[in-house]
Amino acid sequence: MFAFIVSRLLQAIPVLLVVGFISFGMFAFVGDPILFMLGQDFTLEQKEALIRQLGLDQPFLVQYGHYLWAALHGNFGMSYRLARPVSTLLLERLPATAELALSAAAFAMIVGMPLGVYTGIKRDALSSRLILMFSLVGVSLPPFLIGILLILIFAVLLGWLPSFGRGEVVNLGIWTTGFLTWSGLKALVLPAISLGLFPLTLNMRLVRAEMLEVLRSDYIKFAKARGISQRAIYFGHALKNTLVPVITIVGLQIGGLIAFAIVTESVFQWPGMGLLLVQSIGTADIPVMSAYLQLIAVLFVVINLLVDLLYYAVDPRLRIGRGGGH
Amino acid sequence: MLGRFLDSDVFYSFRRNPLAVGSAIVLACILIGSVFSPWLAPTNPFDLASLNVMDSFNPPAFMPDGARANLLGTDEQGRDVLSSIMYGTRVSLFVGVLAVAFAITLGVTVGLVAGYLGGFVESVLMRITDVQLSFPSILIALLVDGIARAVLPRELHNELELYVLIFAIGISGWPQFARTVRGSTMVERGKEYVMAARVIGIGSARIMFSHILPNVLGPVLVIATLSLGQAILAEATLSFLGVGLPPTEPSLGTLIRIGQNFLLSGEWWVTIFPGVALALMVLAINLLGDWLRDALNPRLR
Amino acid sequence: MALLDVVDLVVEFPTRRGVLRALDGVSLSIDPGEVLGVVGESGAGKSLTGAAIIGLLEPPGRVASGQILLNGERIDTKTQEQMRPLRGKQIGAIFQDPLTTLNPLYSIGRQLVETMQTHMKLSDRDAQARAIKWLEDVGIPAAAQRIGAYPHQFSGGMRQRVVIALALCAEPKLVIADEPTTALDVSIQAQIITLLKRLTREHGTSVMLITHDMGVIAETADRVAVMYAGRLAEIGPVAEVVKHPAHPYTEGLMGSIPSLTHRVERLRQIDGSMPRLTAIPTGCAFNPRCDKVFDRCRTDRPGLLPSGQTQAACWLYAMEAANG
Repeated sequence: MFAFIVSRLLQAIPVLLVVGFISFGMFAFVGDPILFMLGQDFTLEQKEALIRQLGLDQPFLVQYGHYLWAALHGNFGMSYRLARPVSTLLLERLPATAELALSAAAFAMIVGMPLGVYTGIKRDALSSRLILMFSLVGVSLPPFLIGILLILIFAVLLGWLPSFGRGEVVNLGIWTTGFLTWSGLKALVLPAISLGLFPLTLNMRLVRAEMLEVLRSDYIKFAKARGISQRAIYFGHALKNTLVPVITIVGLQIGGLIAFAIVTESVFQWPGMGLLLVQSIGTADIPVMSAYLQLIAVLFVVINLLVDLLYYAVDPRLRIGRGGGH
Repeated sequence: MLGRFLDSDVFYSFRRNPLAVGSAIVLACILIGSVFSPWLAPTNPFDLASLNVMDSFNPPAFMPDGARANLLGTDEQGRDVLSSIMYGTRVSLFVGVLAVAFAITLGVTVGLVAGYLGGFVESVLMRITDVQLSFPSILIALLVDGIARAVLPRELHNELELYVLIFAIGISGWPQFARTVRGSTMVERGKEYVMAARVIGIGSARIMFSHILPNVLGPVLVIATLSLGQAILAEATLSFLGVGLPPTEPSLGTLIRIGQNFLLSGEWWVTIFPGVALALMVLAINLLGDWLRDALNPRLR
Repeated sequence: MALLDVVDLVVEFPTRRGVLRALDGVSLSIDPGEVLGVVGESGAGKSLTGAAIIGLLEPPGRVASGQILLNGERIDTKTQEQMRPLRGKQIGAIFQDPLTTLNPLYSIGRQLVETMQTHMKLSDRDAQARAIKWLEDVGIPAAAQRIGAYPHQFSGGMRQRVVIALALCAEPKLVIADEPTTALDVSIQAQIITLLKRLTREHGTSVMLITHDMGVIAETADRVAVMYAGRLAEIGPVAEVVKHPAHPYTEGLMGSIPSLTHRVERLRQIDGSMPRLTAIPTGCAFNPRCDKVFDRCRTDRPGLLPSGQTQAACWLYAMEAANG
């Protein structure tokens, strides 16, 4: 298993390098940092001084090397737009995005999986059909629309929940959390639901499809032929086999959540990394964009690795190795 | 040939499925309304001369103090919402269809080449595909758009925004086609008609595109339908975030974004109706895609 | 009294092109301790008969008419929930592919224990001990060590032994074995059949052995039923049917088996193929391919008519019956 981890890490390196290269490429060929940082009027000396300071007079590969080295140390340069270190900006906003993504993921799992099992077992019941119809709507509605609808109903019409912002947050050193205050939690509800609805419907349909597939298999037929109880078949045999592929998908979902958080953060003005990214794209703030790109790449590599490990732990066929019979 | 289609299993399953028929009708209406919008829309919302700022924020016709002329109300500049929706849908569809077409062209080609040639070429191509597949497509589209925005000078960018979007969304969507087509190609590669063609001496390219391609198109069709829904949503999302189509040539996403500003002050129709139109369209596409997948699935027959 | 009685069983599948009759009036019986072979080509309806008996017909298939009686009690009218206690305890089943029949995520010990505890009151320890004994009985070496192992860790033959153990561990009176050796290597097939024979004799279990392999039948069965196009063509003691086949179809089957002892010019082949269920000829289903066909065969469908010790659905024997 150790060899497995190492090999996966080795495979990830070229990906990270490519991403790093693209990120750096953005820096080198795109936009003009001089213009950004000095504005329209600047003297030649100012320009030259800045060039030296930013190291822009060095050869390409040297700049690339500097860039990677800095990146490995968490230094992503300064935001063109806000003139603050990118890494600081990202760290400030990480807790907001993380808490949102986690809440949405929890919501999607806690509600989505049981619904999937239910609609898989009782596939022809009216309730199942209704739930499925609703889920199809969930898949078709873009997350921002769901957010807007939720705002309309719960914030504008009913006035129960806030329509933007994060509420009060408690500062715990490097992390700020909204979990500990009532207003923080209230502010979390609508964004979490609107972010989590899509993965929820996805989970539900996935679990259901897997369940239906499993229930048609030979070993279920054999279990029935042995008189095993309905309950043992559904919640023992079928469920266990259903969860194995579902785990991978759910694990990979975290990635999608980070991505879609961008949209939800825009709708609810949630002060997270996603909102930062959108603002950066609109103003061509390259350092932020390239830092984000790298961060995401690393995140995804890590997630993929963790999911593979999880798969290993759950499916005995992979664990003990193949064959060995006689 | 139409007769054969009407007789086929696929059409039979279509007729029996009310959802599929309903979706097709809704979609047809949307298509006609949007493609022919210059002729069918009640007003031209982008003809600046015809706008009267006194008309702004008219509530929809069915509300108590609504304006008769505006079925769905007007926005902050007095533009008729219904007309804006029709034009906006046109743009959304344009981008979505072309993006999918681009993704299909790229993805199917990669899949065919990888599946047929195998070996090193296949490993490299599939690696790229898999890596890209592990990133959410919206992120990729966003970043491609961002780079384009940074690279192109402002005026050029605004002119080309439409095509930048098509490219960005298309680029984010090709891997799923490549994956499927590669799998199918690998299966077809072992079949006798391929071997026969090789023996006669037909070149690889011809074999791939004339012989194998028609046989692997089935699943591509299903994915294409669902992919269209995704592409339209992607464009809407990008426009909503402000990095898509500008207000001068708005798509549904742009309309929703602008409208959100007025949500809290009570003029909900400016954002909700475009949203409903978008949702209906994508829902109809998804329903059709679902039905198509079940109808073409040999195992469920 | 017979253990199992199947009377005029008709199984139908409603499809959108109309109702398909997959089994058309099948009648057979199995006595306690007896091995009945059910033989025929693919699609003849053998597996369906087995599935109908144990109540596991895949929907939309259903029993349209006829009766299935177990120990004199009708079971074809029972609901799934009513059938459940019977399955495993009264009627067991063995399927074809041991790899897909066993749940890959459960150890074989767990699957055995679960089956036994469903039907019998056993403590975990007792169930475990019994499971080990069963594994030894079916010939798994080092059973006590391997009880926690997973199905993929065994070879095909071993897996099928486990399946047999699972089918028999609740001590059913009847086991329906549906092509138990078809998925196995030829060398293993004989072992499995011997095992099955031995165990069922030891426990007094009846067996309905479904297969297309006549050789297995000849080795193992007491009686044999030959099926064709959803109907019974012939049924009788195995020795009789093999040596003196009554129905022309059975004759053809026997003639197409190569023999080590007997030299022939060429193997007999029956012209044509079994009709599709949607296109069964009127009268006797075999008539287009039969070399002894005459007029009546094309118009009237024959029931089972006695011919010596066997019964055959063939008009050739109507005259015999008439002659007494």
